[in-house]
Amino acid sequence: MPRNHDIKKVLVIGSGPIIIGQAAEFDYAGTQACRSLREEGVEVVLLNSNPATIMTDKDIADRVYIEPLTPAVLEGVIIKEMPDSLLPTLGGQAGLNLAMELEESGVLKKYGVRLIGTTALTIKKAEDRETFKETMEKIGEPIAASMVVEDIETGVNYAQEIGYPVVLRPAYTLGGSGGGIVNNRQELEVTLENGLRLSRVGQVLVERCISGWKEIEYEVMRDNIGNVITVCNMENIDPVGIHTGDSAVVAPSQTLGDKEYQMLRSSALRIITELGITGGCNVQYALNPESFEYCVIEVNPRVSRSSALASKATGYPIAKVAAKIALGYNLDEIKNSVTGSTYASFEPMLDYVVVKLPRLPFDKFIAAKRVLGTQMKATGEVMSICTNFEGALMKAIRSLEQNVDSLLSYDYSSYDMEELKEMLKKTDDRRMWIVAQALRKGISYSEIHDITMIDLWFIKKVDNIVKLENRLKEEKLDRELLLKAKCMEFTDKLISQLTPDNKIKCESDVKRLRIKYGIHAAYKMVDTCAGEFESQTPYYYSCYGSENEVIISENAKDKKKKVLVIGSGPIRIGQGVEFDFCSVHCTWSFAKEGYETIIINNNPETVSTDFDIADKLYFEPLTSEDVESVVRLEKPDAAVVQFGGQTAIKLTKDLLEMGVNILGTSPEDVDAAEDREKFDEILESCHIPRPEGRTVFTAEEAKAAAHALDYPVLVRPSYVLGGQGMQIAVNDNDIDEFIGIINRIAQEHPILVDKYIVGKEIEVDAVCDGTDILIPGIMEHIERSGVHSGDSISVYPAVSISDKVKSKIVDYTKKLATALNVLGMINIQFIADKEDVYVIEVNPRSSRTVPYISKVTGIPVVEIAVKVICGKKLKDLGITDGLQEESDLTAIKMPVFSFEKIRGADISLGPEMKSTGECLGIAKNFNEALYKAFEGAGIKLPKYKNMIMTVKDSDKEEAVGIAKRFEALGYRIFATRGTADALESGGVKRVRRINKIEQESPNLLDLILGHEIDFVIDTPAQGAKRSHDGFIIRRNAVETGVSVLTSLDTASALAASMENRSDHIELVDIAKIKTRCTF
Amino acid sequence: MKAYLILEDKTIFSGMGIGSDKEIVSELVFNTSMTGYTEILTDPSYAGQAVVMTYPIIGSYGVSYEDMESVRPCAQALIVRELSDISSNFRSRTGLEEFMFKYDIPGISGIDTRHLTKKLRDYGTMNAMVTRKLPQGSDFDKVIERIRAYRVKGVVEAVTCKKSYTLPGNGMKVALLDCGAKDNIAKSLHKRGCHVTVWPAFTEAQTIIDSKPDGIMLSNGPGDPKENTQIIKQIKKLYDSDIPIFAICLGHQLMALALGGDTYKLKYGHRGGNHPVKDHETGRTYITSQNHGYAVDEKSLDKSVAQAAFTNVNDGTNEGLRYIGKNIFTVQYHPEACPGPHDSDYLFDKFIKMMEDNR
Repeated sequence: MPRNHDIKKVLVIGSGPIIIGQAAEFDYAGTQACRSLREEGVEVVLLNSNPATIMTDKDIADRVYIEPLTPAVLEGVIIKEMPDSLLPTLGGQAGLNLAMELEESGVLKKYGVRLIGTTALTIKKAEDRETFKETMEKIGEPIAASMVVEDIETGVNYAQEIGYPVVLRPAYTLGGSGGGIVNNRQELEVTLENGLRLSRVGQVLVERCISGWKEIEYEVMRDNIGNVITVCNMENIDPVGIHTGDSAVVAPSQTLGDKEYQMLRSSALRIITELGITGGCNVQYALNPESFEYCVIEVNPRVSRSSALASKATGYPIAKVAAKIALGYNLDEIKNSVTGSTYASFEPMLDYVVVKLPRLPFDKFIAAKRVLGTQMKATGEVMSICTNFEGALMKAIRSLEQNVDSLLSYDYSSYDMEELKEMLKKTDDRRMWIVAQALRKGISYSEIHDITMIDLWFIKKVDNIVKLENRLKEEKLDRELLLKAKCMEFTDKLISQLTPDNKIKCESDVKRLRIKYGIHAAYKMVDTCAGEFESQTPYYYSCYGSENEVIISENAKDKKKKVLVIGSGPIRIGQGVEFDFCSVHCTWSFAKEGYETIIINNNPETVSTDFDIADKLYFEPLTSEDVESVVRLEKPDAAVVQFGGQTAIKLTKDLLEMGVNILGTSPEDVDAAEDREKFDEILESCHIPRPEGRTVFTAEEAKAAAHALDYPVLVRPSYVLGGQGMQIAVNDNDIDEFIGIINRIAQEHPILVDKYIVGKEIEVDAVCDGTDILIPGIMEHIERSGVHSGDSISVYPAVSISDKVKSKIVDYTKKLATALNVLGMINIQFIADKEDVYVIEVNPRSSRTVPYISKVTGIPVVEIAVKVICGKKLKDLGITDGLQEESDLTAIKMPVFSFEKIRGADISLGPEMKSTGECLGIAKNFNEALYKAFEGAGIKLPKYKNMIMTVKDSDKEEAVGIAKRFEALGYRIFATRGTADALESGGVKRVRRINKIEQESPNLLDLILGHEIDFVIDTPAQGAKRSHDGFIIRRNAVETGVSVLTSLDTASALAASMENRSDHIELVDIAKIKTRCTF
Repeated sequence: MKAYLILEDKTIFSGMGIGSDKEIVSELVFNTSMTGYTEILTDPSYAGQAVVMTYPIIGSYGVSYEDMESVRPCAQALIVRELSDISSNFRSRTGLEEFMFKYDIPGISGIDTRHLTKKLRDYGTMNAMVTRKLPQGSDFDKVIERIRAYRVKGVVEAVTCKKSYTLPGNGMKVALLDCGAKDNIAKSLHKRGCHVTVWPAFTEAQTIIDSKPDGIMLSNGPGDPKENTQIIKQIKKLYDSDIPIFAICLGHQLMALALGGDTYKLKYGHRGGNHPVKDHETGRTYITSQNHGYAVDEKSLDKSVAQAAFTNVNDGTNEGLRYIGKNIFTVQYHPEACPGPHDSDYLFDKFIKMMEDNR
């Protein structure tokens, strides 16, 4: 079927803020699809509340609305833009749910908008538990015995009937929110209650527990005339019972014979056919390891996290093909852009092994429970490719960016066999390391298998790694052994640590030996067809002991300069999709400047690892050794590190040692910004004040420093990201505790102790060419200092600071940027205490706020930075020096958290970053922008007009004013004694006293669990010894879906947004923002 | 123990010997299937050939005897990157290497199979030797001569059944001409109730016609189709008999040759489970299981005799024919799958319907 020419203008819905269960994969899918649509001449209108994404860029869509993903906004966009079609399958569950709401309410019909890529019936068949069950029964596809319940009693009875344990799955929720395996009636009642509330339709599936079976996924596609193909299958190393997003996954399946492989493949194709999907679909199976028995677990009738992984694992661009199918094309009419010679109607064949590991956030949430289950907890993932499983696993491990490079990285050597067996029973993020230790201790394969239900095949492969560790420890490092270790992707560093040879002391000794033996990484192409056809795609992975097949352009005459772009690795708290935005724009900008571009990255969810972003893509870990292997082959003219976050910055020194020229700010100057003494000298010479501080190495020194500075002080390790390990200490005990924690995460670097100043936090991103500076805008944080900038509500243009402060900021920024010889990007954070301005942090690199500030000012910051890095002057680009004219619009960036997913995590905000994503509110005035921002973050109030307040003593005075405002909005305020006393004596009338949680019922907890509370304002005291009550209140609130505000500033902003609420929302097309910067 | 793969272009790959230590000279072909090594090794169409698996880890799920497509392996050797050191599957009865020992099949592991595959793709199918001894000096040149002189010959005779046998059923009576048939062809028909009689490849057409079958199935098989002059003559008689015929792979080629068509050798053949084939009747594209080194030149056939019914979407080669005015259709690929996708097994239903309608 040729393209449907009635489709001229398509509205695409994105997936909103990054949260656990819905991450960057939808930016990747959406971006690819938008490009695919525009390639066909279709006008694309995009709606997504997430400003950090690449898809919300005017380079990607014709009209861009970064607005809350609500039915009213979607309808507004439809009225304004009058698209003829709506493509809802690219925005994850959030996008699909939203489209369904408008379809059900008749809005789409009213405005003549057709759904493309799917139908309402298809979505219902796949997503509605009951209809799904009927559909599967109709085509004879088995599903686990299950029943949809809408109340607890029915659930209890049914569980009795099928027997515990049972699995609970709420309908229409993300990443299995609110679900889980329950073992008895008591657990069932608690989880079911929660699940019923979280489900959009108040339904929860109670299901036979098939945990322990193999979990297998198929990615399938279907076109308009019913052609069906499988893109990829994947086997979860962790069996059913652990969310696939938290499982280690391998592609293709390893332990299935052809009969099983084809049985499930045929099933997946029958399902996609019966559901009538046109586009991509993911089917998850549980396969009995002892028979051919299987169950369909779940079907996602859209692109998903797994489809992003399948695309990267195979090279098959699922989202691109899905978009073409939505336009009417069929699979045999769509070119396979990887080979360039075949068509999309084929099945990719892999001639390598792919391993995906989840990136879990327990380094941020130290108190959280690390146990994994049906509730996804990972914020991101890494992927690796190798010709053997062991190598792929080792590469994936060192890609995680959590100080692990082998199966020895967590030390369990002090545990005995019985303890290890107990540990194996609890599945946490370190299970692979525990399995390895169990093998070292001599626990048998079958015993490990019986406990973990991990297939023997994987246990054997882990044992191969353990055995090689032992050989390296015992044997002479000859060529054969070294080659074997490299084939299994042991790093030079690890080999140097293991070998007994006392001539080999460090990494470089092993490297020297490799060179002597001629052992080098070779690169193979990911070509979708296992080498059967010649392919065009420059998408490579490394392996050892093989023939290299990368072609290096040698023609000296028209040879372009080559630049290496270092990506930002897995999405984790503190380093999110923003840095992928920067990496991608950096790559495009270098291409515009005439460079050949090479990306190295390891994150399968991102746009940067799409095969057509750079001239060459190396899908590799981002360690010095892995990068060096690429450098050895490619011999790039230069590398750029300032766009890939801390991951890239960390490689600077190593790149220099490899002889790679670093473009932009020189490494010495980067170092000067990080080195306390050098930095203090610069500040002094520029006459810029900063909070007084000291560099220390021990707890004793820290305490001495704190006494000298006077408590409270800010304690943090240097060289970290997102404020990791940063804490406010109010006494010596706090210091002891914090230093203990810091030493667990980063021992190599000194610890900084700074005076904590309370004030307004201000942030700027700027581009400096050495003389002139471009400041697109000044951003002000709503929360006062002490809350990490990534967790603060950020406002542009700054609203509450004086012109004098602004000019100081501009002056300091320029002075600092020039003093540090910044060439390219710089990010500076300030504290304004009345008219005094202090510098608190300088990052001579691109930051989290760059996509946001670029979009709301219309200034392509990254592109300008690249031009400057390439030698252009801002003046020559027509850019006026200094702060650019402020926008008429106000744009507010609101942090979004995923606390409900991480059991046991403390949600109170502080200097350590905890948010997973962000959304934007942009409007003509501050209040409307604020309202949009809260709405975008999912806080839509008022509902019941009940709130809880419990604040620390120092906040009590200020709390009165805020309470009065909520009172005026009609709120009843529940408060415990201390807070209630303060509020009443301050004149707040509608205060209800409520018992503390340790007191008798009804108490605070009952109130929260009673579900009639809109939100809780709970400001915890600073320091380590926080009230345990407060923690319980906050956790319970979050887990029951009640918002918790832990800063009075946030509370005040929420009040403001409600006070100025208006039903009329004006939409802003970001693509039309005219920059005042004449560029 | 070290082993060597010597190609006719003098390239030497070295690896570790697996399975039998016997030396063989063979035609080297690659297969891109990620699963199904047991089916591939036992597929009679590989007679006279050595198979390179492009998937890097082979043997992971062991061997279960019910996956065998004939009574013994027919491929002469197996070339892999890594032979899995564990067999993990509930059906596994033996390890792959033990299986190779048992049937005296040699092989090599530790080969950069992607590099080798690309060589075969660029050069075309090559002859090769698998050996544990690397010949030196003039011996090497002699070996190369021997490798180059090798031809896949007499293979249908080697793999066809010696006597006819029957899989009894109550449905349509099918005569299956076994030119090296994979077991799943008979099984696919039998599963649908057919009474299947399997005949040796060199059976006289008249014998088959006299057995009064409702339909005739021509099977897959190894080697150059043109070599089978005697069988081709008999097939012409079957064509003339007006009995419904469905042919697969070699059978498809033999039927075309019987009707004056021509076949040619593909540069490196199609072997794998991912080839898209377009059905001209419905416009649908199916993912198929393929294993063939030769193809029918559809232009060589008179349009009044046969027309293209299926075409390979990747390279436009012929994948099936329908014979005008006859109840005959033939396909180049493998609807019986094993290994590979089952998407085309509807063709067996089509054949049964054809027989029923003709009855």
